[in-house]
Amino acid sequence: MKPFTTFESALAVLPMDNIDTDQIIPARFLKTTTKEGLGLQLFHDWRYGKDGAPKGDFPLNRPEAKGAEVLVGGDNFGCGSSREHAPWALTDAGFRAVVSTSFADIFYGNSLKNALLPIKVTADVHRQLLAAGSGARVKVDLEHQTLTLPDGSTTTFPVDAFPKRCMLLGVDELGYLLQFSQEIDGFEAGHQAGFDTRAKV
Amino acid sequence: MTARTLYDKIWDEHIVAQRPDEPALLYIDLQLVHEVTSPQAFEGLRQRGLKVRRPDRTIATIDHSIPTTDRSLPIADPIAAKQVAQLGVNCAEFGLPLMAPGSGHQGVVHVFSPELGLIQPGMTLVCGDSHTATHGAFGVLAFGIGTSQVEMVLATQCLLQQPSRNLRVNVTGRLKPGVTAKDVILALIAKIGVGGGTGCVIEYSGEAIRGLSMEGRMTISNMSIEAGARAGLVAPDEVTFAYLKDRAFAPKGAAWDAAVARWRTYVSDEDAVFDQEVTLDGSALEPMITFGTNPAMGIPITGSVPEPAALQAGVERDSLVKALAYMGMAPGQAILGHPIDVVFVGSCTNGRIEDLRAAAGVLKDRKVSPKVRVLIVPGSEVVKKIAEAEGLDKIFLAAGAEWREAGCSMCLAMNGDMLQPGQTSVSTSNRNFEGRQGPGGRTLLASPITAAASAIAGVVADPRSFA
Repeated sequence: MKPFTTFESALAVLPMDNIDTDQIIPARFLKTTTKEGLGLQLFHDWRYGKDGAPKGDFPLNRPEAKGAEVLVGGDNFGCGSSREHAPWALTDAGFRAVVSTSFADIFYGNSLKNALLPIKVTADVHRQLLAAGSGARVKVDLEHQTLTLPDGSTTTFPVDAFPKRCMLLGVDELGYLLQFSQEIDGFEAGHQAGFDTRAKV
Repeated sequence: MTARTLYDKIWDEHIVAQRPDEPALLYIDLQLVHEVTSPQAFEGLRQRGLKVRRPDRTIATIDHSIPTTDRSLPIADPIAAKQVAQLGVNCAEFGLPLMAPGSGHQGVVHVFSPELGLIQPGMTLVCGDSHTATHGAFGVLAFGIGTSQVEMVLATQCLLQQPSRNLRVNVTGRLKPGVTAKDVILALIAKIGVGGGTGCVIEYSGEAIRGLSMEGRMTISNMSIEAGARAGLVAPDEVTFAYLKDRAFAPKGAAWDAAVARWRTYVSDEDAVFDQEVTLDGSALEPMITFGTNPAMGIPITGSVPEPAALQAGVERDSLVKALAYMGMAPGQAILGHPIDVVFVGSCTNGRIEDLRAAAGVLKDRKVSPKVRVLIVPGSEVVKKIAEAEGLDKIFLAAGAEWREAGCSMCLAMNGDMLQPGQTSVSTSNRNFEGRQGPGGRTLLASPITAAASAIAGVVADPRSFA
């Protein structure tokens, strides 16, 4: 992972609550065995018509949303399945942050592990962003945990210290976990398994 | 000592290490693996030159992307075939047991594992699948994880975690005839919303929960995620122990007695404090069904579809308008009598033997409507075998339903079983999101008996009319 740096970007606004991971990336695209290329299928069934052509009225297809790296969604963004394909599809399509009033837990955690910053804002700030609409510009600063709004004002957002540090340094959690092999050995010595899954049944 | 919840007890027992201001290392007793969310994790291990730390605490099966048609034929979809083959390669290379089709134990990842007795009270368990919450029915801390975390657990048997909040859901009273576990969880989600459990682990308690079989408890815990909760829990009791006894991986002899004595300690202390409590009057519940595009959009089956005009202008009203338009539902219409095209009985929510018995009880000596395609999909090869030994397959076939092979099937439209655009299903699965069962498909979530009753009527029907 690359270190997560401060950036400015246009917004893409999708004003709907409960945007679930089946909308972000439908299950039939999960048969892939790699992480790449899922951006093409991001929001597939909203984004493309039956003939496969992009729908002009879908907010992300509109010219003002083009090149946006910050997506604004509604409440409870990313609910549904645990598929990490959801953040993979968003980052593959160029997004680096998603802004909402709340996020589903698994999506939130998966995003932080994939250099996609979930930014939780108040209902008031959310309304401002919806009103500003796609194409309005914001600045995302993870180090100071600030989001600069289109009108130039600044709001802060929460993020736990540990994933923040991982994102800023561009390191992943597995590397951190691997440092604990002695502690894990010690724990396992006093925590025997009741069975061996490899036993014949 | 401070009073603790069941969740707190399991959490405390599994903390390996925690540095100041850093998340805890939570030890994972068992990881379940399937073909869809694991290939990139195994590839990650290869790139780093890592092994699977505990193959003896890991077990795999194939469920999401395999067809539920004749198993003697090759998988027609080349991409699905490659994904399924890749799991075989990965398990062989890393030394993991794989319950492949034909093994006698293949099935939906959350159905085959309890059947083998792999799920025992007090454990921690993860799987790259949000319905891992199912296993909380055994008093197991079980939750879904992403593929990065699948890789972490394969490599270290640990995850970095922050503790969750405790939410207790007390379901009082006894359920009326025709009201099932599925109706309880749909009613709960309708009450607290799809985000109502966010950040929480839900412990289900109360007379109605105690009165349920393990299958019913699994149905409820399974859908905890549809309320946004990471996990559900039911404290183990005699029902749990009776279910586990003599199963393949359950302790035997003296070890059994010792295990039961230990399992009895996995209950919330009487004076344990929950961050939040919700009470649901189980005796007042009716059979439930969803009308919209998220699992909280549910109503009693005798009810009517809500009117957007009753809501204030805003995103919530817009979402309801959009949902009704997608579903082809009129504001205020009765849900009974709504025309349907397909019925699906199966999935990790309702694909267990008890679910098939319930559906068969309604379908016996009756015919499904000629307008309706009915798929009955056993959750595992074991469920299929038991059902056939009991003659349930003959009841389904005589009624005009399809009797298929074990898998996730039409729950998520990635294995060939799917709705056509504009079709409406009554489905015993867990998600009614737009397109979940196929692009343009419309899903009404309900219990196996409501699904079976609707199959006969050809429209949404009340199971109590077919008792």
